[in-house]
Amino acid sequence: MASGVGSWEAVIGLEIHVQLKTETKMFCRCRNGFGGGPNTQTCPVCLALPGALPVPNRRAIEETIKLGLALDCEIAERAVFHRKNYFYPDNPKAYQISQYDEPLCARGRLEVPTGDGVVAVGITRAHLEEDAAKNVHVAASGRIHGATATLVDFNRCGTPLVEIVTEPDIHDAETAKRFLQLLRQTVVELGLSDAELEKGSMRFDVNVSVRPAGSDELRTRTELKNMNSFNFAAKGIEREIARQIRVYEEGGAVEQETLHFDPAHEESPPLRSKEEAQDYRYFPEPDLVPVHPPAELVERLRGEIGELPGARIRRIAETLSYYDADVLVTGGLDRLWSDVVAAGADAKEAANVLANQFVATGIDPAAVDAGELAKLVAARAGIPRAAFDEALAHAGDAGFSAAPYLERKVVADASELDPVIERVIAANPAQAEAFRGGKQGLLGYFVGQVMKETGGTADPRVVNERVRAKLSA
Amino acid sequence: MTLDTLRLTAEEARRLLDAKEVSGAELWSAYADAIELRDPELHAYLHVCEDPGGDGLPLAVKDVIGTRGIPTTAGSKILEGYVPVYDATVVANAKRHGLRVLGKTNTDEFAMGSSTENSAYGPSRNPWDPSRVPGGSGGGSAAAVSGGLAPWALGSDTGGSIKQPAALCGHVGLRPTYGTVSRYGVVAFASSLDQVGPVAKTVRDCAFLYSIISGRDANDTTTVDVPAVQLPEGEELKGLRIGVPKEMNGAPGIEPGVTAAVNAALELAESLGASVEECSLPRSVDYGVACYYLVAPAEASANLARYDGARYGLRVDGDDFREMVMRTRDAGFGDEPKRRIMIGTYALSSGYYDAYYGTAQRVRTVIKREHDELFERFDVLASPTSPTVAFPIGAKIDDPVAMYMNDVLTIPSCMAGLPGLNIPCGLSDGLPVGLQLVGPQFGENTLFRAGHALERALAFDVVPERLRG
Amino acid sequence: MAGITRDEVLHVARLARLELSEDEVAKFQAQLSQILEAVSKVAELDLAGVPPTAHPLAIANAWDDDVPRPCLGLDEAFANAPDREDDYFRTPPA
Repeated sequence: MASGVGSWEAVIGLEIHVQLKTETKMFCRCRNGFGGGPNTQTCPVCLALPGALPVPNRRAIEETIKLGLALDCEIAERAVFHRKNYFYPDNPKAYQISQYDEPLCARGRLEVPTGDGVVAVGITRAHLEEDAAKNVHVAASGRIHGATATLVDFNRCGTPLVEIVTEPDIHDAETAKRFLQLLRQTVVELGLSDAELEKGSMRFDVNVSVRPAGSDELRTRTELKNMNSFNFAAKGIEREIARQIRVYEEGGAVEQETLHFDPAHEESPPLRSKEEAQDYRYFPEPDLVPVHPPAELVERLRGEIGELPGARIRRIAETLSYYDADVLVTGGLDRLWSDVVAAGADAKEAANVLANQFVATGIDPAAVDAGELAKLVAARAGIPRAAFDEALAHAGDAGFSAAPYLERKVVADASELDPVIERVIAANPAQAEAFRGGKQGLLGYFVGQVMKETGGTADPRVVNERVRAKLSA
Repeated sequence: MTLDTLRLTAEEARRLLDAKEVSGAELWSAYADAIELRDPELHAYLHVCEDPGGDGLPLAVKDVIGTRGIPTTAGSKILEGYVPVYDATVVANAKRHGLRVLGKTNTDEFAMGSSTENSAYGPSRNPWDPSRVPGGSGGGSAAAVSGGLAPWALGSDTGGSIKQPAALCGHVGLRPTYGTVSRYGVVAFASSLDQVGPVAKTVRDCAFLYSIISGRDANDTTTVDVPAVQLPEGEELKGLRIGVPKEMNGAPGIEPGVTAAVNAALELAESLGASVEECSLPRSVDYGVACYYLVAPAEASANLARYDGARYGLRVDGDDFREMVMRTRDAGFGDEPKRRIMIGTYALSSGYYDAYYGTAQRVRTVIKREHDELFERFDVLASPTSPTVAFPIGAKIDDPVAMYMNDVLTIPSCMAGLPGLNIPCGLSDGLPVGLQLVGPQFGENTLFRAGHALERALAFDVVPERLRG
Repeated sequence: MAGITRDEVLHVARLARLELSEDEVAKFQAQLSQILEAVSKVAELDLAGVPPTAHPLAIANAWDDDVPRPCLGLDEAFANAPDREDDYFRTPPA
């Protein structure tokens, strides 16, 4: 991006937390997920009662490895849990069991297809930890500041959490957004998490800095926290990039700071002062033994992955445009598209129909008979628009057949249409007058009337031509 | 029948119950009466239970071990009034075998100490001489067993808290192989060192209690399967290879009377057929205490962080969460936990981790390797358990480092995760001297065999002289 | 390496959330210095190539299947709670 005297490059890194939707929590067998009222999903372990000990959730470990494999990571031969020590009401042991320098997964990559090619974003690490409880800050006035008490609900405490950290390989807000969307879709397709931002099952923070274009220095970065939508994040990132460029161009220096976008959901203790940087005093968790992922397990998990969304976008983009491929895959339509093309439909036409019209019906793609839909797509030009739309609306019905709709032909014969057109013109003398007087826009009115008269079966192009011809005569 | 609780072993009590010579209620009453008589002086108990009925053997439980529905204080004010809603696994195991919890015994606060003088509820006293300490941290269980206030007890050992009180009070205590007894439900001090173990009058009682409480627990992933316990019967030690690390006998502060009693016991072992040979632990004894007092406090600093007044225990209010936490912890913890929390925090803190905690964990490897090497040549290692006999209450309380040196002989094997058994082997100035037998990993049966044979040969009278009728 | 300054005592006390009085700070500074002196001994050893021991037992892969177990009832969860408001644990504001 160019701005002002020199040109600048943004340097963006992401830190994402994904809650796994296992049946039970990470270190105890309390039910995981939304359920009953506050504090109904607790036990000595997640309440941190004296004497409680953690027991790891096997499935959470397996799913983290699976996610690591999907992100092309190296799976550690030996992974260790560490204690991360700090005091906060939502952290009942006053340490969080997390991972430090021996995480389960590291050194991976997620390739993000964009309109300008593929951006390879490095994944520094993906590790497993436990989520904190939920604090509710109560204030007489309802505001956060001046809270009179903190109420804590431990239902969420101990939920398995995968933390993914990227390399600073992203250089614009749009790519950051695409990365997050792709990561989210990958996680959802793998069945690991619902990854819903509003529910908090996926959360992310963004680190932003800028540097002169072409240099490889890393300048001071700002941390953007608690953004609750990808679009909002993209805007926030753009604004921050612009702000930093302005600061530098005015001769100033960017200070390290954290911008909280949703203070009501503050999750870690805010710093009291700049001097009191958190010293987490990480040390290996003595209540847990190391994890040595067995090779057979890793291979089994690798075999369960299948073709991921990013790879599917790139594959389909060889046939269609990147944009079409992206819309199909991110819309969950690419499988249906593949099947429809395999059944004989034209690739581009099928993509067009699915991405534009089918998607609006809200029908579950899995319910559709691809063979029948293929017939519909092939016949599209030859049947009335209304017939096509109606057929599409029923495409998900059990036993759907395209045949009846294909019989409804478009009337394109001028000799059949002319009488209707003449009738319509005769019935609307004022509009005909106005049209001849210069109001060209009224052409649409006449075409519409003719379409209505013919029950939508007339070929709109022919009607258009003939109406114009007759009105000009 | 009148029961002499001072002399009665658990095994004998079981025999009497099975032969219907005494009822469950009578047995319980005998202990209740003894407690009423002698506990005001000994202060072994922090809480005495009501008889739950049945004819299970009564069992005293150290107050760091969680007991459902029975107050558990860990010897601290910060847990005053805390009543657990779940049993520690060891207690559940004991109950499943029909044992009845007699009461909760006194302990140094959070098991930190060697004299029980750090208990927030006042010290316990040595049944041999009530002006002296019973040892620590498990001085309550020790005083209860030696004082005839319980047939046996559960203790916990991190750096010697079962073995050392057993030595000072003249009875048997086992610190098991790390990982053979569950820590679930036990107030954590140092996670990689804590082990619950049996405290009793005889080796056989110890072995039996160990068989009840030990075993892999799904709630504690640091536990493993345990070899079947063999109750010892033999009275000879043919073929047993005993190593005597010279650094143990030459450690600072060992009283001559202690050395004499231990040497006599080793000569006895030889006469029973054992071979006794000097050996060396070049660095384990010299550096063990320093290593322990970095590793244990570091783990403790994190384990004690949950005591913040938020969900249980003492709360001192504050204007905000942070103030409440600070005030609660300042009021609730005594000096020793505070010292250890601060040392531990320091040892883990940024800039100091490598030099302190990191280094200590590597010294631990050295200690483990030195022991492993010796166990290729020896079956057990023998030494005094404590450098001194019981010292007067108050004598060392103002000198933390001097107090730490009480553990110089028990600590090294703890760092290596190895089992250790104390048996009383004689008197010095009228006070008990303990012999420590250390075994290889999972070597409990060897310890029981050696300990039992020696115990029979030594014929040490476990009833304190001043209490004999 | 041994010896702890007053600032360091205040620092670790803050990290550990211990509110010490002036007397306590002085007393602990003396005692902690003494203890540090004793434990610093570990630095004397040559530990080249010696790995740390985090666990006495060389075990790995201890975990549990993802099968729910009963949770505590509310009364049990709050049995020892100093301050309960409805079904929440209440503390002074964070």
